[in-house]
Amino acid sequence: MLHFLFRRFAVVIPTFIGITIVAFAFVRVLPGDPVLLLAGERGVSPERYQMLMAQFGFDRPIWEQYWDYLAGIFQGDFGTSISTKRPVIRDFLTLFPATVELSLFATLFAVLVGVPAGILAAVRRGSWFDQITMGTALVGYSMPIFWLGLLLIILFSGVLGWTPVSGRISLMYFFPPVTGFMTIDAVLSGQRGALQSALHHLLLPTVTLGTIPLAVIARQTRSAMLEVLGDDYVRTARSKGLSPLRVIGLHAFRNALIPVVTTIGLQVGVMMAGAILTETIFSWPGIGKWMIDAISRRDYPVVQAGLLLIAVVIMFVNLFVDLLYGLINPRIRHQ
Amino acid sequence: MTERAPAATDTLSPRGAMLREFWYYFSMNRGAVIGLVVFIGLVVTALVAPLIAPHSPIQQYRDALLVPPSWAGGRPEFFLGTDPVGRDIFSRLIHGARFSMLIGTVVVIISLTTGIILGLLAGYFRGWVDTVLMRVMDLILAFPSLLLALVLVAILGPGLINTMIAIALVLQPHFVRLTRSAVLGEMGKEYVISSKVAGAGHVRQMFRTILPNCLAPLIVQATLSFSSAILDAAALGFLGLGAQPPTPEWGTMLAEARQFILRAWWVVTFPGLAILITVLAINLVGDGLRDALDPKLKRS
Amino acid sequence: MKLMKTLLTATAFAAVLSGSAYAKTLVYCSEGSPEGFDPAPYTAGTTFDASSRPVYNRLVQFKKGSSETEPGLAESYEVSADGLEYTFKLRQGVKFHTTDWFTPTREFNADDVVFSFARQWKADHPWHAYSAGISWEYFNSMSMGDLLKDIVKVDDYTVKFVLNRPEAPFIANLAMDFASILSKEYADQLEAAGTKDLLNTQPVGTGPFQFVNYQQDAVIRYASFDDYWGGVQPIDDLIFAITTDGAVRAQKLQAGECQVMPYPNPADLDMLRADPNLTVMEQEGLNVGYLAYNTQMPPFDKAEVRKALNMAINKQAILDAVFQGAGVAAKNPIPPTMWSYNGAIQDDPYDPEAAKKMLADAGVADLSMKLWAMPVARPYNPDARRMAELLQADFAAVGVTAEIVSMEWGEYLAQSSAVDRDGAVLLGWTGDNGDPDNFLAVLLGCDAVGSANRAQWCNEEFDGLIQKAKVTADQAERTKLYEEAQVVFKREAPWATIAHSVVFMPMSKKVTGYVMDPKGTHAFDGVDIAE
Repeated sequence: MLHFLFRRFAVVIPTFIGITIVAFAFVRVLPGDPVLLLAGERGVSPERYQMLMAQFGFDRPIWEQYWDYLAGIFQGDFGTSISTKRPVIRDFLTLFPATVELSLFATLFAVLVGVPAGILAAVRRGSWFDQITMGTALVGYSMPIFWLGLLLIILFSGVLGWTPVSGRISLMYFFPPVTGFMTIDAVLSGQRGALQSALHHLLLPTVTLGTIPLAVIARQTRSAMLEVLGDDYVRTARSKGLSPLRVIGLHAFRNALIPVVTTIGLQVGVMMAGAILTETIFSWPGIGKWMIDAISRRDYPVVQAGLLLIAVVIMFVNLFVDLLYGLINPRIRHQ
Repeated sequence: MTERAPAATDTLSPRGAMLREFWYYFSMNRGAVIGLVVFIGLVVTALVAPLIAPHSPIQQYRDALLVPPSWAGGRPEFFLGTDPVGRDIFSRLIHGARFSMLIGTVVVIISLTTGIILGLLAGYFRGWVDTVLMRVMDLILAFPSLLLALVLVAILGPGLINTMIAIALVLQPHFVRLTRSAVLGEMGKEYVISSKVAGAGHVRQMFRTILPNCLAPLIVQATLSFSSAILDAAALGFLGLGAQPPTPEWGTMLAEARQFILRAWWVVTFPGLAILITVLAINLVGDGLRDALDPKLKRS
Repeated sequence: MKLMKTLLTATAFAAVLSGSAYAKTLVYCSEGSPEGFDPAPYTAGTTFDASSRPVYNRLVQFKKGSSETEPGLAESYEVSADGLEYTFKLRQGVKFHTTDWFTPTREFNADDVVFSFARQWKADHPWHAYSAGISWEYFNSMSMGDLLKDIVKVDDYTVKFVLNRPEAPFIANLAMDFASILSKEYADQLEAAGTKDLLNTQPVGTGPFQFVNYQQDAVIRYASFDDYWGGVQPIDDLIFAITTDGAVRAQKLQAGECQVMPYPNPADLDMLRADPNLTVMEQEGLNVGYLAYNTQMPPFDKAEVRKALNMAINKQAILDAVFQGAGVAAKNPIPPTMWSYNGAIQDDPYDPEAAKKMLADAGVADLSMKLWAMPVARPYNPDARRMAELLQADFAAVGVTAEIVSMEWGEYLAQSSAVDRDGAVLLGWTGDNGDPDNFLAVLLGCDAVGSANRAQWCNEEFDGLIQKAKVTADQAERTKLYEEAQVVFKREAPWATIAHSVVFMPMSKKVTGYVMDPKGTHAFDGVDIAE
């Protein structure tokens, strides 16, 4: 087990270095001079241009810039945003919980609905339930999620008026952010109705973001369960007279868990991509929207740090999923 | 007992027999067949778009701004209504099919070609070539695909061609990995070793000997990538970085329509529906292909 | 359903608010997040709306709805005879905000004024680089560093600014957002605690509203400052609900979730105007969009050629296609909302036939030229590409072939100012300080050739007039000089003035006292909500 852990960690280092290089290189290749863009029509005198370039460190040789960048990272300094002039890491840490909260709820939604649906579909294979579920799942991941989000807004916020259009919580509620998770902070604030409002605002974005993972998880669970249900040892357990629930719940499911966990882990990367689109549509103040704004503003430090931090987060989530997978799959453990 | 004349099928080459067997399994899957029919319909639409579209996709009718579909209070000449600048949505959707088909095809060709070459190199030669290539692929996979594509398009500049390049790059690692693992699986087999003993060169070995046996999963991945490409291109178009207006690409149409989601639902609904139907059809075909090409993996 | 929703929201609001002794809350759906709360390092209007407008005051301030100045934190000022010394008498009894993180022990005085400017000016000032990346954009681009010789605290309530040269627009500069007055006492407190960054995130000022809280990219909250020297505000709480999408802002306004919103989509205007609960205010923006010829390159060095091309332009078609109603034709280089605007001037008529003749008379045949189009949308030009296409067609109708050129925005700005630039460039300008000098001298003065003067135009008569107006302190005299300058401009036509954008402000009918600011910032002092 330790050996497995060690090997997994060892891969992290070169990947991390690679990520820093990519993030650094990409941003240097972005067209658009940030100093000129900042000055706008007003223009900037040559002396001031030099001064600002020096201030941002753009006038030094590229490997020096890279070295400073790397050194800065290990000290927790991810650069300063050109437009807000505040440390990028601060903005990231403020906005990141919003994206995490949304992603967690979307994952929960996808798992809590997808896994049981997949199991049931597998158990009742060929039935109308199976066909409808799988058909819906197929439609689910064939749909562009930004379109789904827009439609949900039209229907539920526009026509029916059941859900709010944007934001994380009603303006009426005001409490200082403790964790950055609106739901937790709402509970901590003790204000009546705050939690409901936060959940109410989470509804549509969660469904939008969680639809594709839901569809994939449902399908994967079903096929994993089918494979397992057809296996010898299940038939043996059945013939031994064990109740169907035990058979399904304990034996079959536990083994079907492996591919399911893998799929959930894979969906995290997908979810980050989906978060960008979802946050744009619902004006959800998270990382996705932040990155898009930064790219269009040519806010180099933000794009650079954002790419890096997001990739690192995904890397750690993958690591975690791998470890989980190692725990569940005894064959890996004893390698 | 009558002598039965040898039927044509008795003398089919192994390839032909494989094809027949494949079609047999494929056609058993109703959904896959429907998907194929729809897909073929879309390809045909894309090819003859200028002939069947009632209006020009970029013609602005100044007197017909935001007209609802003809069956919902609109005008008969605009079947699905018009957009905020007065262009017929139905015609734009039809022309949009060309772009979607183009995007899917180009992206798949690029990813498939480079993916196969790199995967073959990695799996065949092993050693440092393999390590380097796989690390690079891991690196690409470390970033969320849409974000990476976004930054690439920001670097290259917005537009259809750059969108296709960016998406092809992002989808690449899947092909490389797939080819590599298939190659690794085949490498130990007898036919490979015997062909090596017979003196076959590297290139011949890679392409003539090994590759044909790895095709099945690659074909399935290609269909998946086709639909991913369309979805990703639409996403980039939606974010304003893909095809630029007035190009009638479905995602770009949604970006322009976003302001009107509450006032003119048809401007938002139909382009999305077009994307959905296209991607759904391809995914159905993909499922069918997967089941047919490797019966061992059949799930239903 | 809409009505139900509005009623429910309104009732809910009232229910929550009634618990707190009936506080009046104004919700403003703003279009973006502020970059920070210290206005001096930044240039974006969005940032000023959230910082300098509610939280701070300046020595002189712009009159509501106008580009003229009136006393602010300075009750009065005197200008010395040589125009080099400005002595300000500061208002007494002005208090700073008392917040959770700061309690002032003294009132506003000259120390605060000196601090607010010295930090931007002196490189060795402890607050000059108080946070990584801080640069004083406006202080530098308005050349305050060159202009100022000294700032002297004469006594607690008198401050003297000594200039290196007379410059009448100096007063207008002091009304700009970067010249907001901060609390030195607060700065000292932060410095002692080692938390200088907080100056930019937890602001303290003398303004009508005090900062309460900012939820990044989501909500900004302010509360009315009870001891405001200008009088307590009619509303108790001010909330900025940051909503970047124009259609969503309109939805929220209609649903009653906010009462005021800026920058509606042109497409939504009809719907908003038709809503019985809303009114839509409009005003020309303090900007101008233009096509600048390179007056140093033949044949554009001949005024007749430039005039002829001007007459070939169909401005109405451009207004319809590019601005979609959100623009008015421009005839002068300054907008109508600016003082000294010469309304008597006649615009070049749209007359392609006359244009052709004029070109022929000037000896121009088979002219081909380049047309530079911006790649980005700007307040004075929402779609330069489209405008260029229309201009191309207009010029073709008089026998001139135009080729459209574009490039990345930063490059565009840099290359278009070159003296040997080939072609006419589409660009524009948004005013900074409401002073005509800010347009005429910056964009058309001889000193600006090779930088902001993209027509590369240096006309002795024009330049003489504006230089004189720059050093004259008397406004009436300056007005006359600028009016004359506009006549010269029209005669020489270094630009084709295209349009001023029109800015729309939809708001609930219940909102009273809101006046649109020509400079495009949004201020809520004096605003009330009727019952």
